[in-house]
Amino acid sequence: MALILNEEQQSLKDIARDFLEKNAPITHFREIRDTANETGYSQELWKEMSELGWAGILVSEDYGGFDFGMMGMGGILEETGKTLTPSPLFSTAVLGASLLEMAGDDTQKSNYLPRLVSGELTTAFALEEGSHHNPTNITTSAKKDRDNFVINGKKTFVIDGHSADLIIVAARTKGDEDDPNGISLFCVDSNNKNLKVIKQSMVDSRNCAEIELKNVTVSKNDLLGDLHNAYSVIENVLDVARVAIAAEMLGNSSKAFEITLDYLKERKQFGVLIGSFQALKHRAAEMYSEIELTKSAVVSAMNAIDEKSNDTARLSSLCKFKACETSHLVSNESVQMHGGVGVTDEYDVGLFLKRSRVAEQVFGNADYHVDRYATLSEY
Amino acid sequence: MTDLQTFREETRNWLEANCPPEMRKPGDVCWGGRNPQFSHPDQEIWLERMGDKGWTCPTWPSEYGGGGLSKEENKILQEEMSAIGARSPLGSFGIWMLGPALLEFATEEQKKEHLPGIVKGKYWWCQGYSEPGSGSDLASLSTKAIEDGDNYVINGQKIWTSYADRADKIFCLVRTGPQEPKHDGISFLLIDMDQPGVTTRPITLISGKSPFCETFFDDATAPKKDLVGGLNKGWTVAKRLLEHERTMISNMGLAGGGDGSGSKKMSGLAKVSKQYVGEDADKKIANPSLRSKVAKHEMNSRAFGLTLQRIGEETKVGAPSPAAAMSKYYGTEHNKLRYELLLEAMGSKALGWEGEGFTPEELAITRDWLRTKANSIEGGTSEVQLNVISKRVLGLPD
Repeated sequence: MALILNEEQQSLKDIARDFLEKNAPITHFREIRDTANETGYSQELWKEMSELGWAGILVSEDYGGFDFGMMGMGGILEETGKTLTPSPLFSTAVLGASLLEMAGDDTQKSNYLPRLVSGELTTAFALEEGSHHNPTNITTSAKKDRDNFVINGKKTFVIDGHSADLIIVAARTKGDEDDPNGISLFCVDSNNKNLKVIKQSMVDSRNCAEIELKNVTVSKNDLLGDLHNAYSVIENVLDVARVAIAAEMLGNSSKAFEITLDYLKERKQFGVLIGSFQALKHRAAEMYSEIELTKSAVVSAMNAIDEKSNDTARLSSLCKFKACETSHLVSNESVQMHGGVGVTDEYDVGLFLKRSRVAEQVFGNADYHVDRYATLSEY
Repeated sequence: MTDLQTFREETRNWLEANCPPEMRKPGDVCWGGRNPQFSHPDQEIWLERMGDKGWTCPTWPSEYGGGGLSKEENKILQEEMSAIGARSPLGSFGIWMLGPALLEFATEEQKKEHLPGIVKGKYWWCQGYSEPGSGSDLASLSTKAIEDGDNYVINGQKIWTSYADRADKIFCLVRTGPQEPKHDGISFLLIDMDQPGVTTRPITLISGKSPFCETFFDDATAPKKDLVGGLNKGWTVAKRLLEHERTMISNMGLAGGGDGSGSKKMSGLAKVSKQYVGEDADKKIANPSLRSKVAKHEMNSRAFGLTLQRIGEETKVGAPSPAAAMSKYYGTEHNKLRYELLLEAMGSKALGWEGEGFTPEELAITRDWLRTKANSIEGGTSEVQLNVISKRVLGLPD
């Protein structure tokens, strides 16, 4: 198993770091936030990111993509975690691209993927219905009506749901709530009049939406993948997405830790640098250890996805679990070690704390993945 | 066929022809020495054959008796050995600790004199570092070595010298520059244990019997030529050797848990938990709180195993990495937690001391649990490791 990036993957990550530091540093995020930008990200920036090929990293070459794999995508996401860069990279280039690649038929792929790769089309995945991640808890229904499906229900925590062009909705076509059988996926145009999209203003100032579907009618050609049997695809896509968000969280933790270490080396109290206090040193060293473990968990899961390992599900849960635990610890400690300035809006550590908590909830928090890992391990 | 494939084939054939049947079963590992003890005649044959080939120390250069293998070749050797269940031919602090330090710091003459003996298991080496007054503050050590013609005369006391009562030689930190600042007056000296000036006394731990001893030097002598790394330069050697020791101890954190590969689905810890607290209708560990703790521990085991693997990929052969302190800290704390969880899973069955009413495995868990308490103390306490990380890796000020 490769646990380090190869030359090409490393070079892609280096390019991403340079680009983001220059074009989308934390001041860029603050500007988006403070101007209450309607889309929640800079469309100009997304265009440039797409020109760099980032939207097409997980898309196959047949549809205009680069088929560069998760080891490539993860490196970029890690860098966006360091700069807190808002963009549809996760919702479109990871979630949308994977859903369409894994579930779509040739017509759907030819229709959507080339536009997704070029940055013209953005997507969102409407899955969650409750306060906690639960991919089988689907009550939103889709009923067959001759050549159409009529969808009714309510979705929440839909990342980039208010700005996406295409909403991919998970709906129940048969069975009871919590039954993994009977779930199907549908492509819904965001201009559909029966969609009610409410922008959720989240603590991390990123984009989420609540989406109400009232008699939303789509054609049978908009069914994405097999009728009733979308759950296995959803799980596979979620595993990719969990690794992707974990990579971003690793970047978040690494940067918050770096900023905090710098502060420990410059802030003086009692006439000495506070970094000389053992009470802080030991906690810093513990954070370092946790970040190192997280790094290994993330890279091994990225590698598992690219190599289609049969242990991908467990490694994906492992890496999301470690990313959650570490990011939780590091974000709290970063604020505390900064003292008073740590709780001011002027300093960046608070921004990392806010992003960390939202990312923890995306597709399963630490508890969720501990339970899943144990179940997958047959205990 | 590539060179590595050829190597694999040759290795497989050689092992097939040379590894005696008894050595393909699990059992004790021989430690060699002047008066070696073999639990079976095959053990002696196996040690001799592997020693002649240099495969007791596969990656050491062949001019010093080692196998001269590359990292990749060594990996193949280990894989082929484990494929037939071959036992390690030799256990030794010479291999794990002294040898790597000699390869880096000793003179050509010293390497030629001492390394081949380690490869062949001719001498049982022990380590003389800690003293009663110098634990975490190792550099304050006071065992003296005073020049006397071609020799040093040594006086003082060492503690925690594992197997000192059975060892033939000791690699020892001694004070040679009493006037110098404490780190600059220490030398690294090789001393023969078989002399009237050296006596040992075993130490009993909370876990019962142990290999630890106290070692006393009363006008013991060692030839000047056996001072390694230069006069008063022993601290550099000592620090490096501690990194090798830490790597060795940190690997124990993986003793029963994940090895990074995740090949076995249900781990020992989960199995034991099911055995003692039962399972529910969904085959989950019946106690949900214990189940969650076990799973977290297994996940961390795996992440730690992957980290050791990643560090291995990032660093070159034999060179200890700056992350050694992290591995030692995490590995030992993690191993302690594993035993606490075993106790939690097994309840009163893990608290037997000896005799009837418990299985031998249960009694072993009790003793092992107590023994793990020393893991985060020996070879530098966890607190010292955290200091090392914050200073050397994170660059935090003194």
